[in-house]
Amino acid sequence: MGSIAEFFQHLMNGLTLGGIYALIALGYTMVYGILKFINFAHGDILMVGSYIGLFTFDAIRGQTMGPWTVIAFFIAMLAGMLFSAGLGMAIERIAYKPLRRATRLAPLLSAIGVSFILSNMAAWMWGTKSRKLDYPFDNSPIYLKGVSITPHQILILAVVIVMMVALKLFVDRSRIGKAMRATSLDQDTAKLMGIKADKIIAITFAIGSALAATAGFLIALEIKVYPSMGTMTGLKAFVAAVVGGIGNISGAMLGGILLGLLETFGVALLGIPYGLRDTIAFVALIIILLVKPEGLLGKAEKEKV
Amino acid sequence: MFNFILLILIYTAIFALMAIGQNLITGYVGLLSLTQAGFFAIGSYVTAILSVTYGWNFWLTVPMAALISSFFGLLIGLPTLRLKGDYLAIATLGFGEIVRNILNNWDSLTNGPMGIQRIPMISLFGIQISPYKKWGFLVLVWIFVLVAYFLFDRLAKSRLGRALEAIREDEIAASSMGINVTRYKVWAFILGAAVAGVAGSLQAEFILSVTPGAFTFMVSIMVLCMVVLGGMGNFKAVILGAFIIQFISYFPQLVGLSNVIPPQFKQILFGLILVVMMIWRPQGILGREKRSAPRRLFRSGGDV
Repeated sequence: MGSIAEFFQHLMNGLTLGGIYALIALGYTMVYGILKFINFAHGDILMVGSYIGLFTFDAIRGQTMGPWTVIAFFIAMLAGMLFSAGLGMAIERIAYKPLRRATRLAPLLSAIGVSFILSNMAAWMWGTKSRKLDYPFDNSPIYLKGVSITPHQILILAVVIVMMVALKLFVDRSRIGKAMRATSLDQDTAKLMGIKADKIIAITFAIGSALAATAGFLIALEIKVYPSMGTMTGLKAFVAAVVGGIGNISGAMLGGILLGLLETFGVALLGIPYGLRDTIAFVALIIILLVKPEGLLGKAEKEKV
Repeated sequence: MFNFILLILIYTAIFALMAIGQNLITGYVGLLSLTQAGFFAIGSYVTAILSVTYGWNFWLTVPMAALISSFFGLLIGLPTLRLKGDYLAIATLGFGEIVRNILNNWDSLTNGPMGIQRIPMISLFGIQISPYKKWGFLVLVWIFVLVAYFLFDRLAKSRLGRALEAIREDEIAASSMGINVTRYKVWAFILGAAVAGVAGSLQAEFILSVTPGAFTFMVSIMVLCMVVLGGMGNFKAVILGAFIIQFISYFPQLVGLSNVIPPQFKQILFGLILVVMMIWRPQGILGREKRSAPRRLFRSGGDV
């Protein structure tokens, strides 16, 4: 295997990982854009979504692998998305909405509480053992000039691209998307213009949570599912959102993919030990905060009195 | 049973030290730090490594634990504290995980997941303070708590404390009054880290061994709960909070129901405490300490 092939191999792996980070980062960035607050429970909503998807898939897939298992895979993914969307809206309604006018610290603390409740409920109900999704179709890699690409990677990239394009179109072109942008720009003025800000915030949580569930289900396919999976994944995705410029949707996509590439190439080419792979995201956060705190695509904002 | 209550009181003291540090950061400056567990771990390992590998006396390892913890506090505080508070939460959350990651992987120094055993017991003027004789240890840890309480309470009522509260209330106003916002924030963070490091030293001496598994994110959440439950910005209240949280933690064992109640139950309860307190009683059980009204210059004043 030549070094060029090796490079493309890592590129492919990095893009897959990065795509997943990007999907999660979108949820952080959208909520931050509107409410200016970090939804700590986002990673745990992802975890719940991937469990629901996994259970649904196990229930309906049947015995033999075939076209039906592929359809079942997408049905299960949809089930996870819907459940997470509902969960996200419920959490917002119960734990964050009463705190809109409170100090900055209050919703953060509440979010940490929610995150802790979700991950421990999951450990209690579903056990702490990690699970893996059964393959919906044959996953033997395809070789393309020495680069091995698994059908799972293709599936992940396809889902990620479809989701991102759909989201971008939704936010840029649809009426609700326009209302979301307006709410994020200036909530009070948006309200005066007849936008129901509370409804828009609920929709934002629903979309972000559904995207997280999708990412979680894709992680279930490639890696595994366990109650505390959301913590590290969520943390890294948040770093991705900050790197891209928090509050900026294209930034979250870019940041996610960059982080995925950085982790893959960091281990493969820079010789960072695998055990310290999780540290890369953290170092990236510190560097970006020192050099360009508003992120790659973010606008520097002066805080006003 | 009685022994058990002593155990709860000893853990209350160890955690109260961490809560006092958290209170300075969260209660006074209004910053969310999620890494008391990380500094706690560093303090524990400093004492364990220095006393086991290098044969240091416990009383010398305590200042080292405080010093090294605060050095790491400075290291993560400097880049993140210059920015808006939210980033600190994430950076500290990551830091706690990374400390555990490194403790698990750096075999030559920390002995990996096995941890370090057989830490020599504390001796003071030739008297051994063994964790097996709980009364003696209880007195020792509470002396530490009292000293920390006194120091931090004084500090919070000094110029530093007033500056920190000004930063919490309005950062921009504070900085235009000439308060160096970043420097004060970093100081609060360093002091909080130092006291957590000392708590780590005591923990190492109480268990007589250290393992990375003892320093999970849950520890940071418990400390946060203590501060929120007791009352942010009130050092007496966070000690009360520490007692309540430790009592809840050991309640299943105390009544002999630890087989019936799943271990996740108390953790779900901690999460609920955070949410419920924020919605219904954000000031905590005791509430913020009231300042005595400043002495007036004149007995009665007219309208100004």
